[in-house]
Amino acid sequence: MNNLFNIFLQPFSYDFMLRGLVASVIVGVVCAVVGVYVVLRGMAFFGDALAHAVLPGVALGYLLSGGSRDTLFWWALGAAVLVALAVGRISKHAEIREDTAIGILFASMFALGIALISTVRSYSVDLSHFLFGNVLGVSTRDLVLTSVFGGVVLLTIFLFYKEFLVLSFDPVLAATLRLPSGLLNNILLVLMALTVSVAMQTVGVALMVAMLVTPAATASLLTRRLWQGMLVSAAIGAFSAVTGLYLSYYFNIVSGSAIVLTATAIFLLVFLFQPRRGLVWKKR
Amino acid sequence: MYPRTRHQPDKPILDVLHLSVSYEGRGALENITFHLHAGERVAVVGPNGAGKSTLFKVVAGVLPPTSGEVKISGYGPRGHICIAYVPQRSQVDWRFPASVADVVMMGRIRQVGFFRWPRRADWDTVHAALEAVDMNSMANRQIGELSGGQQQRTFLARALAQEAELVLLDEPLNGLDTPSQEAILSLLDKLRQQKITVMVATHDLGQAASRFDRVMLLNHQLVRFGSPQDVLTSENLLRAYGGHAQLIRGADGTTTLADTCCDGEEEHE
Repeated sequence: MNNLFNIFLQPFSYDFMLRGLVASVIVGVVCAVVGVYVVLRGMAFFGDALAHAVLPGVALGYLLSGGSRDTLFWWALGAAVLVALAVGRISKHAEIREDTAIGILFASMFALGIALISTVRSYSVDLSHFLFGNVLGVSTRDLVLTSVFGGVVLLTIFLFYKEFLVLSFDPVLAATLRLPSGLLNNILLVLMALTVSVAMQTVGVALMVAMLVTPAATASLLTRRLWQGMLVSAAIGAFSAVTGLYLSYYFNIVSGSAIVLTATAIFLLVFLFQPRRGLVWKKR
Repeated sequence: MYPRTRHQPDKPILDVLHLSVSYEGRGALENITFHLHAGERVAVVGPNGAGKSTLFKVVAGVLPPTSGEVKISGYGPRGHICIAYVPQRSQVDWRFPASVADVVMMGRIRQVGFFRWPRRADWDTVHAALEAVDMNSMANRQIGELSGGQQQRTFLARALAQEAELVLLDEPLNGLDTPSQEAILSLLDKLRQQKITVMVATHDLGQAASRFDRVMLLNHQLVRFGSPQDVLTSENLLRAYGGHAQLIRGADGTTTLADTCCDGEEEHE
């Protein structure tokens, strides 16, 4: 019995593991809740692009501060908000299709970010932290920022729940009810940007889209109402974060991928064995 | 703070004056003028692509007119939340995670207000609206589990919960079996008793003739607007439908029209 307790408690006798755990759970929950809108509105590709487009902002901050990490969150935040609102505008007026525009922007911003970071001699370690996250490097200060901005995202979604619901389901109803659709859309984009900045340290830019999409997609298979989907998605996000950290600790796997793979495993289980609608049930 | 503006009760509920809409130089609606009074029920007929959906969206204040104006009870449409637009069923994402009651409550969110949650009175209104369309027993179903007629009635309930005074229904009878169509049409009778004005886009000229006060024949321009007998003449129909129509003269002297289109999917670009 004591042994079992040890397996679960031992990793968190280290302060940095405990901070990593709290940060991952917050990020898992925030990504999963925002992800419900990402999945409903078909914005997975946009979410992926947004995460990658943050890199040049982070790289710039990294160069200007001479390798210090204290200000990186703010650089990421600035870049994410800028890109989110820019794409929001482009997709409204563009001559080219939205996914094409995103594709161009996404790859070029990412390339710019890597180019900037590669000017520093010993860049590869830091680059891999930006790409795949570094849960063990979460400082107390990072944790405060994560909690505050994660809280802002969740609170905003709570406050505008019914407006976002209408906007996502029926934009024409939003217009006949004279809701400020443009403003609400921009608020949603900024929420995505905040989420991406908060999640950068834990999961990194390369895998972030999985945290946005996978728990929410799993929840959409299990629930029939938006708020239920959000709760289930949040629970899956939090569970994946904790489980992923254990896997990371005991099997020495990069934490970001361990978290994402856990979420994917849950998705597959639900997809196959979901009551009455799963693949296994349909086969019969 | 309601966005609802005042109404002038002596004015028609809807004035459309010299309304034109064009997309990229192509005219969708040209110089449309008409007036509706409270409680009227109007069928809007015309070939596919005639601009029926466009007209509805401009009247609802969703699309801006290129020129001309729309007035609701004497004032511009922008401030009103008393206009309900019921979309074609094909335009709705029926897999969306919402129950029937959720969808009906969506019509009320301005009455509930920002940063507030629906109160008991709002849920009472929602359930009364569902009761009026005979859907209360389905309140907790996910919308994708409903039949076509039930889906249409859910959206009518949403218009009721919204306390709409002008309801625009885009092809509500398309793809429904006869009993479901009858159910919708008798619901429209109920709306009339509440002085709710209804515009219905439809392909069924027989129903337009028998179940509506006035018929609007539309093909980019207003071909004719008046009583069914005056509007649904073979001459007018040929003008509106051109080569896309087959006129069938019945033994009793009535004219029916077989629209060569049939799926009711209009282009909306």
